[in-house]
Amino acid sequence: MAYSEKLIDHYENPRNVGSFDKNETSVGTGLVGAPACGDVMKLQIKVSAEGIIEDAKFKTFGCGSAIASSSLITEWVKGKTIAEAGAIKNSQIAEELALPPVKIHCSILAEDAIKAAISDYNTKNGKAEVEAAE
Amino acid sequence: MNELKAKPIYLDYQATTPTDPRVVDAMLPYFYEKFGNAHSRNHSFGWEAEDAVELARGQVASIIGASSKEIIFTSGATESNNLALKGVMKFYGKKKPHLITTVTEHKCVLDSARHLEQEGYKVTYLPVQQNGLVDLEQLKAAITDETALVSIMAVHNEIGVIQPLKEIGEICRERGVFFHCDAAQAVGKIPLDVNDMKIDLMSISGHKIYGPKGIGALFVRRRPRVRVVAQITGGGQERGMRSGTLPTPLIVGLGKACDIAQNEMAEENARIMELRNYTLNRFRERLADIYLNGDEENRVAGNLNISFAYVEGESLLMGIKNIAVSSGSACTSASLEPSYVLRALGVDEELAHTSLRIGIGRFTTREELDQAVDAICNEVERLRDMSPLWEMAQEGIDIKSIEWAEH
Ligand SMILES: Cc1ncc(COP(=O)(O)O)c(C=O)c1O
Ligand code: FES
Repeated sequence: MAYSEKLIDHYENPRNVGSFDKNETSVGTGLVGAPACGDVMKLQIKVSAEGIIEDAKFKTFGCGSAIASSSLITEWVKGKTIAEAGAIKNSQIAEELALPPVKIHCSILAEDAIKAAISDYNTKNGKAEVEAAE
Repeated sequence: MNELKAKPIYLDYQATTPTDPRVVDAMLPYFYEKFGNAHSRNHSFGWEAEDAVELARGQVASIIGASSKEIIFTSGATESNNLALKGVMKFYGKKKPHLITTVTEHKCVLDSARHLEQEGYKVTYLPVQQNGLVDLEQLKAAITDETALVSIMAVHNEIGVIQPLKEIGEICRERGVFFHCDAAQAVGKIPLDVNDMKIDLMSISGHKIYGPKGIGALFVRRRPRVRVVAQITGGGQERGMRSGTLPTPLIVGLGKACDIAQNEMAEENARIMELRNYTLNRFRERLADIYLNGDEENRVAGNLNISFAYVEGESLLMGIKNIAVSSGSACTSASLEPSYVLRALGVDEELAHTSLRIGIGRFTTREELDQAVDAICNEVERLRDMSPLWEMAQEGIDIKSIEWAEH
């Protein structure tokens, strides 16, 4: 399969690989996918008191497209508000990385992961209803 | 990543092999100087081609202990398997409509079996044990008075395991059932003798044994005689079992490939086995949590199939682009299903996604394997540092204890 240069760059030089302490209240953790399906994505955000995502980290078990999608989304969410980050669509990721059709689900996984991380952060900080109302 | 620019290393010998230059040399005259049709009985062009075909037929027969009259040329093992399964079942199926095969056979055997099922034949798909081998007791239990044919491969294309052919042959002969063996990966790699092993039909492929692509053969036993219904009809060549003008250059190539394999197999196997063990040991010394899929003892010399736990196969392949290997990972397949073979062995699905098949062959060097091991290990380590599953394993979290949302 021929992959785009951007995708290969993210795969070869992934940004923001790593982990935060998931017990910190400022950290939201999303863990999505399943080992049996061949893809697991862990995405973490660190949120400031003002509700801005200051930092993001990921670890991914999955194909090159899944790794690149998670790397890209960590770059994108940094500096965004939670609401802005939650509005990122998988189609934007797929377009940016020029994912072939069979790899679209890898970008969906990245969207799911950021949503899960935001939801975890909100639950921890008692903001569940606020977000849901938006 | 600088290895990306290096010369590619071919370690996919189960997918196909390069044609041996000695085979190419033997073939060349039959394209132009000696281009005759082997079926032209009334001039020297035809006789010349016929002589070459018959020499090759003898060479193919010789490597499996058959007589040359028992060899039918086909386009490859896919066609041979189709002819064996459909041809035998259609001939004997009225009285004996039952076929037995295994769940790990090559797709062309399984697909032929499915077609037969759709036409009303009965098929039993035997499971295999964790090591990839059939359970002989299960085979015995599956045979009924209605069974016409048992089809079990000799050497597995993905996991390299060698089935107990002689034992299977004995069971089949005792019960009056024909034994077809897909030996595409076995000819020239392990000693085969159709009489000693009581094999009644055997499929052979040229391009797996350093011969050309597009040629193969089916051994069809003459005593006791096995009858097949032709699947390709026409001029009645190959004793009516396979019509079509014989491709003389390809047949000469297949014959030469068998001849070389027969003469060099013992020596070649020893060399490849040594390289394989060396490679496996190097992986084991460097990496934790790797698993060899398929039996280690009953295994063809040139095959390694290893699961590198916590690292998904396609991402691993992407990182070792100059090394040609294949993966059982779902992400490399169009269906997004992991290898049906590994799943049939009971390999955990998550481990099936992490497997690489490394095929070592006639032209593989130790230097190439050293480079490949280094590159694969570097990439496995890099990807494990990136893997949430590896992280959990290091923290002592049991991955199976987590409730994953499978899709
Ligand atoms: C075990 C086995 N059977 C059959 C085949 C098909 O052989 P061919 O490519 O000659 O049709 C292959 C190769 O893909 C094989 O490995
Ligand atoms: S993770 Fe399997 S195709 Fe992307």
